Amino acid sequence: MDDIQNILGAMMRVAIDPQTAAVAIAVIGLNIHFGYTGLLNIGQSAFMLLGAYGFAISITQGVPMFFAILIGLALALVFALVLGVPTLKLRGDYLAIVTISAAEIIRYVGRSVGIGWLTDLTKGAQGIPGSQYRAPFTNLSFFGDGSTTLLPFNYTDVAGGSVVVRLIGWVVVIALIVLLVRIARGKVALTGAARTGAMVGAVVVAALLALFLVPVTQRNTGANGLWFTAVAWTVVGLSVLLLLGLTRSPWGRALRGVREDEDAMRSLGKNVFAIKMQALVIGGLFGALGGMMYVLPATVQPDSMGRTLTFFCYTALLLGGAATIWGPVLGSLIFYVGRAFVIAVSQTYLQDGSSPIGFMSNQQTQQFAFIVVGVALMLLVIFRPQGILGDKRELRFNV
Amino acid sequence: MSETTTPTTGSTGGALADPAERRRLMSTVTPEPGAAKADPILKVDKITRQFGGITAVDVEHLEVQRGVITALIGPNGAGKTTFFNLITGFDKPTSAGHGAHWEFDGRALNRTSASSVARSGMVRTFQLTKSLSRMTVMENMMLGAQGQAGESLAKALFRPFWAGEEKQIEEKALELLARFKLHEKRADFAGSLSGGQRKLLEMARALMSDPKMIMLDEPMAGVNPALTQSLLGHIQSLRDEGMTVLFVEHDMHVVRHISDWVVVMAEGRVVAEGAADTVMSNPAVIDAYLGAHHDTDLGDDDLLDDATMERLEQEVAAEETEREEGKA
Amino acid sequence: MARGLAVTLLLVLVAPLLLLVTSRSADAVTLCVPKKDETACIAGTMGSRSDPIADVDVVLTKPDGTTESQTTAEDGKFSFQVDAAGEYLVGVDPETLPKGSELRPPSNPTLEGPDGALKVTVALGQTRAATLTVRAADYDDSTSKLEEAVQSAFNGLRLGLLLALASVGLSLIYGTTGISNFAHAEQVTLGGMVGYGFANVMGLPLWLAGLLVVIVCAATGYGQDRLLWQPLRRRGLGLTQLMIVTIGLSLAMQYAFQYFVGSRTVRVVVESATSVELGPIRTTVTSLVCMAIAVVVLIAVGFALLRTRIGRATRAVSDNPALAQASGIDTDKVIRLVWTVAMGLAGLSGMLYALVVNGIKWDTGLQILLLLFAAVTLGGLGTAFGALIGSIVIGLVVEMSPLVIPGDFKYAAALLILILLLLVRPQGLLGRAQRVG
Repeated sequence: MDDIQNILGAMMRVAIDPQTAAVAIAVIGLNIHFGYTGLLNIGQSAFMLLGAYGFAISITQGVPMFFAILIGLALALVFALVLGVPTLKLRGDYLAIVTISAAEIIRYVGRSVGIGWLTDLTKGAQGIPGSQYRAPFTNLSFFGDGSTTLLPFNYTDVAGGSVVVRLIGWVVVIALIVLLVRIARGKVALTGAARTGAMVGAVVVAALLALFLVPVTQRNTGANGLWFTAVAWTVVGLSVLLLLGLTRSPWGRALRGVREDEDAMRSLGKNVFAIKMQALVIGGLFGALGGMMYVLPATVQPDSMGRTLTFFCYTALLLGGAATIWGPVLGSLIFYVGRAFVIAVSQTYLQDGSSPIGFMSNQQTQQFAFIVVGVALMLLVIFRPQGILGDKRELRFNV
Repeated sequence: MSETTTPTTGSTGGALADPAERRRLMSTVTPEPGAAKADPILKVDKITRQFGGITAVDVEHLEVQRGVITALIGPNGAGKTTFFNLITGFDKPTSAGHGAHWEFDGRALNRTSASSVARSGMVRTFQLTKSLSRMTVMENMMLGAQGQAGESLAKALFRPFWAGEEKQIEEKALELLARFKLHEKRADFAGSLSGGQRKLLEMARALMSDPKMIMLDEPMAGVNPALTQSLLGHIQSLRDEGMTVLFVEHDMHVVRHISDWVVVMAEGRVVAEGAADTVMSNPAVIDAYLGAHHDTDLGDDDLLDDATMERLEQEVAAEETEREEGKA
Repeated sequence: MARGLAVTLLLVLVAPLLLLVTSRSADAVTLCVPKKDETACIAGTMGSRSDPIADVDVVLTKPDGTTESQTTAEDGKFSFQVDAAGEYLVGVDPETLPKGSELRPPSNPTLEGPDGALKVTVALGQTRAATLTVRAADYDDSTSKLEEAVQSAFNGLRLGLLLALASVGLSLIYGTTGISNFAHAEQVTLGGMVGYGFANVMGLPLWLAGLLVVIVCAATGYGQDRLLWQPLRRRGLGLTQLMIVTIGLSLAMQYAFQYFVGSRTVRVVVESATSVELGPIRTTVTSLVCMAIAVVVLIAVGFALLRTRIGRATRAVSDNPALAQASGIDTDKVIRLVWTVAMGLAGLSGMLYALVVNGIKWDTGLQILLLLFAAVTLGGLGTAFGALIGSIVIGLVVEMSPLVIPGDFKYAAALLILILLLLVRPQGLLGRAQRVG
């Protein structure tokens, strides 16, 4: 049971991690690109990296944080324009090749030591340590010092943390999640405010219960502490609202029109190039915002924001369901928690020394998790391309 | 309608609902390729398009009369669809910059993109329907409306800017859907419609923009006979409301039934023009269809009178004997 | 069918790697592994990966002024373990350098320490790379520029030929199936890895190992199409979805390499290659043989495409699959063959690449994937001969660009050329403009 509680603890820490939230924001951007507009952007990590560089370098150069954020966003905007102009008039696979190439160029330039002044700004492959740009953000915290346990009232307080209490708790959590997914997919006959209310209620209860079962202790303000967590998930919430507003508007309808058939949209007098460009920019801005959030508790290291991160974003998006409002958030959560689960399980049961059948080294457990991610991505696309929240009806009309 | 409006130059809309009036108008046009029309809405000059070494389209001059239904016919590979693509901005003429010129309603379109062509009032449909499959029928329709404030990114987030307009568009869409008998299907994905229903949807969607001229690329292809009747009815009523219709069609029965003027293309060129009942007997037309092999899909109608058919058959037979003799 | 697919998917992935299981920890390189909060490592290669220098005394000067020295082995590697964070200096004993050469100062002047040493700053728990390169002592910028250019052009041609082997296959796959295969470069890595398994671990003669590499890799191609791509085609999976499947496959393969072989560079042959000089060009016998093999194979592929029945069928399918099928060509058979041949070529390319640059690593494919895509796009998507020309151009750009811009921008330069080309000629060098609408 202790093993299981440890594994659950590891999963819970990842679930509320600000970096998970940061990826969720970037995936929201990717959802606008790929899910709604059908743009094959395989360089989302570059938008994140540019946002992170713009933000971190500005602060290390003494720019106030507000403007540093704007500079990060501006870099992503320029990048989107530069990528879009040559490719958005061409067939979709060109955008894919150009975005992935451009993302690599950004990474190479970031880790380059060939140009002195540039290396002074980016610090090459080692990257800019978080301590050099984190301060203005940490100083905004009004959470004070010390640390907080989420939740302070938890399973240890009930019946001495008995196994039965925990099992019942998990059954309820799983039931709530199933209910939530069914509501989100329209399987439960609820509409309007009742639907929203039921969903919010289920989310809150499930989250509280999960924290009750797996309490996590965080420092209030330090890097990766409660302040970071709170801000990151608040930004995720705002991003979802923004996504909701944008995609439910006629503009969002035009995006989906472009995804379905560009020529049809042209014949209806829509400026397809402009729509695609707007989508590329907006999604890129979300990417940059996610990138800033991603590096706040960490370092701006170009190699940690390369292709693999983009592929993670795609896996998360497809897992949650492309072209859905909650898909990116749900997908990112499931993806990172699932990966933490694979790592924790293989470290607990498959690593030599920690269990009798163990045969992996510590590094191999990490690599094993990546292999699982890759295979999961393949199986997901093959067997459930609409993701968890996607509409199965859409599958019949493959594009 | 016809008794209230008097035809004036530049705006014959509505007046041409009267068949006699149309016949009178079109009888003033000389039935020859590139003939001048009384009030052309579309004028095309020197458009050529080559693919590799093959000339797909080579149109010297063509005018399309406002307010009537013009059919564009020709054997397979005559360049009809390519011609459509060229004038609607979906393709660029090889002759661009070398004298190619075409104008719609007095506005030059030489350098205009496909979307601007549509915005200027000339809306087209496609031979292979382009319904937006993973969107509902209603969403398909709503996309047809022009100049929506809510489609601008700056206003998209602020509902008050576009809520009223959205409501109007919705009403208009429902009206059109009712007229095209797609009302029941409005919440279904467009991808789930039958081929014929998609054609109807595409036409209805095109009408959302209140076009001056609608260009239909084989609107009847793959549509079952029952729907064909209603489609024909719709096309005629569009004309009666003052819209100009240009359509590509293979089925001669249809062409004869509804068109006021017929343009015949073969091997990229306009080879004949004329009223539907006379143009079919034009020797150039017969040549065109024969030249493109004998398996012409002229339709099940008695398009060519018995005597001509007999002559054609004799010619075919003669050719065949010749070929066999050549082999032997 | 769903379960069958899942199982076969795993089999396809894992089967070729089982070959490598035996090879774990075959050659013992004592590499420093940093421990969190206790130790840190400074490691590097003397010379370059493709041209390591053995028997050089590398001297580490600690922040407190004490020194420590190591002599490089055959692979030019050195690896110091330190137990304090701080700024270290890495230099060499000039006496031990090969005659007539000297240490090249670091490209970033701020990192230059006394006597041309390199400043390295480490924190505990980290490994920092220290790259020491040498140049001729009588190195003179003005006169050697031309020689350098000739040498770079030669290296570019070599890289281009190796890329071409892989990119022709990538292009054929794109042409016949429409798939942009992101896992293609991992097949290149696989070739090198399998070569390492046969030649180095099992000790087979090189030519036999090479032959087996091609056979094994071609078999993975056959298997992949039989078990994965063909069933997916039958299910009618969209091209975008297929592309994402290849991304997943590539991710899984990369980490499978790491899992089974580790994240170090492995070499197909242990002993250093004999070097030769052809006028101003310095190269190795291995390089020349590899280039010759690449040229012969490429000519054979070209001949097959142009002159044989099956080659013509392949090009027909590439042009218009529906039409080809209607005219009686068994497209499934053609596509199966294309996958088999393409993977065989990719494997050969990986094997040769590993020989030429003296080793292969789990992420070698990652590095060249974009070069392959750039080559294929540059030449015109789906045209096999375009891919050939594109590869040569990309190879030359990558190797020659360091003459004018900093060396670590060389891949970026190749990709930039691609983006610029798309601006002026989107269909690629040999591609045809498509009919729209």
